[in-house]
Amino acid sequence: MIEVIYILWLRQLKHYWRSKSRLLGSLGQPLLFMITFGFGFGPMYSRASGGANYMDFLAPGIVSMAILFTAIFSGLEVIWDRQFGFLKETLVAPISRTEIMLGKTLGGATIAMIQGLIVLSLTYLLGFRIPSLFSLGLGLIFMALIAIFFTGLGLAIASKMKDMHGFQLIMNFLIMPIFFLSGALFPLENLPPAIYFISRIDPLTYGVDGLRGAIAGMSTFGIYNDLAIIGVLATLVCAIGAVLFSKLEA
Amino acid sequence: MQNILSVKSLTKKFDDFTAVKDISFDVETGSIFAFLGPNGAGKSTTIKMLTTVLKPTSGEISINGFNVLKEQDKARASFGIVFQDHSLDEELTAYENMVYHAVVYKVPKKERAERIQKALEIVGLWDRREDYVKKYSGGMKRRLEIARALVHYPKILFLDEPTVGLDPQTRNSIWTHIKKLNEERKMTIFLTTHYMEEAESIADQIAIIDHGKIIESGTVEEIRKRTETESLEEAFLKLTGRDLRDENNETGNKMRTIRGMGRRNRH
Ligand SMILES: Nc1ncnc2c1ncn2[C@@H]1O[C@H](COP(=O)(O)OP(=O)(O)O)[C@@H](O)[C@H]1O
Ligand SMILES: [Mg+2]
Repeated sequence: MIEVIYILWLRQLKHYWRSKSRLLGSLGQPLLFMITFGFGFGPMYSRASGGANYMDFLAPGIVSMAILFTAIFSGLEVIWDRQFGFLKETLVAPISRTEIMLGKTLGGATIAMIQGLIVLSLTYLLGFRIPSLFSLGLGLIFMALIAIFFTGLGLAIASKMKDMHGFQLIMNFLIMPIFFLSGALFPLENLPPAIYFISRIDPLTYGVDGLRGAIAGMSTFGIYNDLAIIGVLATLVCAIGAVLFSKLEA
Repeated sequence: MQNILSVKSLTKKFDDFTAVKDISFDVETGSIFAFLGPNGAGKSTTIKMLTTVLKPTSGEISINGFNVLKEQDKARASFGIVFQDHSLDEELTAYENMVYHAVVYKVPKKERAERIQKALEIVGLWDRREDYVKKYSGGMKRRLEIARALVHYPKILFLDEPTVGLDPQTRNSIWTHIKKLNEERKMTIFLTTHYMEEAESIADQIAIIDHGKIIESGTVEEIRKRTETESLEEAFLKLTGRDLRDENNETGNKMRTIRGMGRRNRH
């Protein structure tokens, strides 16, 4: 059981490690956001908030962004596996579908965590500081939960998809709104009711809020509420994924 | 003799199109069974149902005494499969592909290295084990897939058109290996092909399938006699007609017979 999960995990890490272009490419986007938004909105944010530092607000958001996009990418890998035929090799093996789902979720989440950690170190260069080791520990827990939730989500979606085109649609109409309306880039205040509502049912909202509470000391809902919400959601999405995987045909 | 594989009234429908229609057959333990048929006849669909990749619409399958629909994992551990289309991870080395397989098939840890080496030696790829699969030629990939299917010591090996698109040397060497496995390890072989000479020279039993139905089965001898022909190829043409069939395409365009059987053109 453990070994099966380990070999699935290992395969994904090897793919990640061997594809340097993907590794670097997926860092470009968060970096770009961090610099353009950081310098572009920084002064405005400071004025509006009465002197607070925008980088403190933005850094957890950008870390979440890196995790979100890397995690969702794991779903894309399953669709590739299907198209290149390797998915069949895994599906005809005498292993439970739950093992497959767990192995893939842990693999994808690990990679997302690594990307998140790289981005977190980069925010250091832009002046972001984490107050204590305890904050860092708590922050890592939130990062892991965000990674697990979105890897699980990506896998669950991918299990229902035959090709890449559908996934593109999901990216544009689900993942992008999830990102932009999560409060990763700007505070979710004084919004029109519809947007306000969406931001409150957006799972990433609680991930970002919790991470921000943990490493930057700013939280709207309270860290432990965030922890409970994202923890329950992560468990739920993995369970749903396992059910969907049990119906998978190659 | 015992039957390692037994199929009863197997049917597969894709929407309103029936790809496999109520077929039944048995395969004797230790034999080589060839499943012949033109493109689009339903060979791959049948193999996919036998190997748990596709769920049958109806019917029963038993492999090595296990009900394939109810005791999936026990059935899965009993067979090896080489699919018609590729199923290797090209971003891994040949050796890593083998290890992955050995682990997901729960080959005992201490036996792994030895079994992998043996299997790679059988297909002559031991020296190239550290190469990435993407650097392999088509024939080498095929041989690697066969080697991989042997690592967990399957009782029955399914091969879906194992030699399609390969040069004569490679084809010959693959058949030699398969024959050897059958003789030395008493491994049952279930293969599909549309190369008649290959089937004729290797198979103990043959079933000919067309439009999802088994239209003839028996030994080469019996089939020739019943159809009053000189060779398997002639018998095959007599049974399945001479009109052309579209190239079979597993994942993309699905076939349609030229005479316009009224089949839908699937996307
Ligand atoms: N997933 C599918 N959806 C719809 N039709 C399919 C699917 N897979 C196979 N078919 C159809 O079933 C028939 C049998 O295909 P297949 O078993 O691949 O033939 P063979 O392997 O004998 O060449 C073909 O007409 C093919 O178009
Ligand atoms: Mg086929």
